[in-house]
Amino acid sequence: MSSVSRLSPEELLRRVQAEEEYERRGRLKIFLGYASGVGKSFRMLDEGRRRKERGQDVVVGAIQPKTSPDLDKLLRKLEVIPLKSEDGVAYMDVEAILKRHPGICLVDGLAYDNPPSRPNAHRWQDVEQLLQAGIAVITSVNLQYVAERREEVERIQGKRVNVTVPESFLLTADEIEVVDAPAEYCMPQAKDGGTATPGELDQRLSQLREIALLLAADVVDRQLENYCERSGVGQAFGTQERILVCMTPRANGPRMMERARLARDRFHGELFVVYVSQPDLSADDQRALERNLAIARQAGARIEMLEGPDAVAAILQYAREHRITQIYVGHSPQQGWLSRFRKTNADRLIEAAEGMDVKLIPQ
Amino acid sequence: MSSSSPSDPSVNGSPDAAPRGKLKVFLGYAAGVGKTYKMLQEAQERLRQGCDVVVGYFEPHGRADTIAQLEGLEVVPRRVIEYRGAKFEEMDVDAILARNPEVAVVDEFPHTNVPGCQRTKRWEDVLVLLDAGIDVLTTMNVQHLESLNDQIHQITNVRVRETVPDWVVQQASEVVMIDLTPRALLNRLERGVVYKAEKARQAKENFFKESTLGALRELALRQTAYEVEHRHGAAGEETLPGSARAAKSTETLLVYITADPSAAALIRRARRAADFFHAECWAVAVSPGSGLEGFPQSDREAVEKHLNFARNLHLETRVIEGSDPAAELVRFAHDRGVTQIYLGRERGHRSLPFAADLTKQVVRHARDVEITIVAERKPM
Repeated sequence: MSSVSRLSPEELLRRVQAEEEYERRGRLKIFLGYASGVGKSFRMLDEGRRRKERGQDVVVGAIQPKTSPDLDKLLRKLEVIPLKSEDGVAYMDVEAILKRHPGICLVDGLAYDNPPSRPNAHRWQDVEQLLQAGIAVITSVNLQYVAERREEVERIQGKRVNVTVPESFLLTADEIEVVDAPAEYCMPQAKDGGTATPGELDQRLSQLREIALLLAADVVDRQLENYCERSGVGQAFGTQERILVCMTPRANGPRMMERARLARDRFHGELFVVYVSQPDLSADDQRALERNLAIARQAGARIEMLEGPDAVAAILQYAREHRITQIYVGHSPQQGWLSRFRKTNADRLIEAAEGMDVKLIPQ
Repeated sequence: MSSSSPSDPSVNGSPDAAPRGKLKVFLGYAAGVGKTYKMLQEAQERLRQGCDVVVGYFEPHGRADTIAQLEGLEVVPRRVIEYRGAKFEEMDVDAILARNPEVAVVDEFPHTNVPGCQRTKRWEDVLVLLDAGIDVLTTMNVQHLESLNDQIHQITNVRVRETVPDWVVQQASEVVMIDLTPRALLNRLERGVVYKAEKARQAKENFFKESTLGALRELALRQTAYEVEHRHGAAGEETLPGSARAAKSTETLLVYITADPSAAALIRRARRAADFFHAECWAVAVSPGSGLEGFPQSDREAVEKHLNFARNLHLETRVIEGSDPAAELVRFAHDRGVTQIYLGRERGHRSLPFAADLTKQVVRHARDVEITIVAERKPM
């Protein structure tokens, strides 16, 4: 199902330029951990060591102040461009790295801030500069420093962090790898100064761990979509539950959304709501529809109005395009979608929704 | 409760029994991501801490880095079994039990033993070790998880035969994801780290396409997130052990079992949903006569097979009687407080003017119950 044939010359040109830009830019690889102590820095340096042994030109651009014997052993095998500092704030020596121009630069602690006099306020912006100069970067970051996740993490941990990396930057990574370990591994570091019991700590860390895994899964999902688009492989199969609710004016919106929302939350899936526009809605129906859509909005669903003479065909096309795995439709035995005497919309949906479950929600 | 079995810790209540061993699963998404390496690394670490560790089974696949991790670890010799004139080596469970270490390393959890072994599956062997109070470290790929079998088939076009029921993995005290990006994995493959050249070329054409690997990896990440949540509670949710949460859940699922081949996928799908909803799950067949014997000869064997499959996945099974399956099913659902009924999309009925007649009848009877018609999931 390649989409290339439908492209206009302008779009093709834009794609070629994007492709060239992509080729020029250094590759970015991120090791994502959920807490300190999980072993991100080790994984990053170890990958640097292996690449160097395979003949690639690797330097260390930044390493965190606290190291361990394991890290020191790896560092001794690598070329290090020392950090500089100003008023006690360390920063990466971007100028020296650009001059040295290695093939790969290892940058620990992606979330650090630079001192005020530096051209870039944040280390992730330094990394962006290296990437634009065509230097590949391997870096590590802790979930709690991802800006969009900060509130969630703070609620769990009960402490604030000030430095952050935007999630959008993470999404530009060519590769993201999770450094996973059971919570117990991070307990010594997490305990530092806190008053939490081991049980509380374990639960907190496990929750962070879950968020990190799901974040990585989302990134992988997006990469997969991009990859399939670039290479014309056709749509990838959803590995995530994607729930589509077919909304109508007469539907029991609160009930349908409550059910769909529960499934979305339990599966950590995505929620979509569509309605097929009808020309001559009564004022009452129009109001009812709007009420139902307001509930959908509140649930954080993606909402779309579909057009077309054939409601079922429009819904199915949307479902296929969005890799839907479950379709929710309302049914009421008296007046509804399933009739004993004729083929109803629900019948047709059940027949034609290939590869998707159909859920009939009582009204 | 549907999840009770001889090896379920919650029913292993004898006070003087040794405490049950702990299971740790190193979960990956393909050969070569480094599961065995990581597992052995952990074994080495525990050895350094003074633990009594043995290797119960290890599959080197000729990977030098991994073999090097074996150094200093005691290996319990494998048992040689003859089958149809050929010799096979399997884990020697009795020898490990006699040796009685604190920790046993057992590679390839989903492996099927050669006929002639006491148990069919390696995971069954592992349950025996756990019951004896031995901790076990083991490895598996996400594609071997039973409830994902249809999705895996859809993604890879491969029907994985060696599967592990979800309840077995749920017994692990920890599941750790061994992550590696598909690109890094493909590089390894190219350098001959994973397979020898010829096999590498074959592997690349099938399983090891970047898009396939990406999809499998995403599944593994989500599965690990689920396993973490299952053990420790979701962010913002109070922590309850799995059984307590099931008791608290307001959802109950029912799967309608027939002779139709779609039943297997239906059971897997419902099993997975029940796990995510922390719900109980019934598997019910409706016999027109008396019990299993009441089914027509042509259906009996298939219905029985499907009921057994459901039982193996820890669904509670029942055969109820009546001439109107839809009415009986709904009556049962109402009696047991079922909130969701799962039906298959029966293949035989395509020629009928209306979509599955039974669905319609169930809908007519079950005014207040949600009905799920489970799709067939075919590869592209």
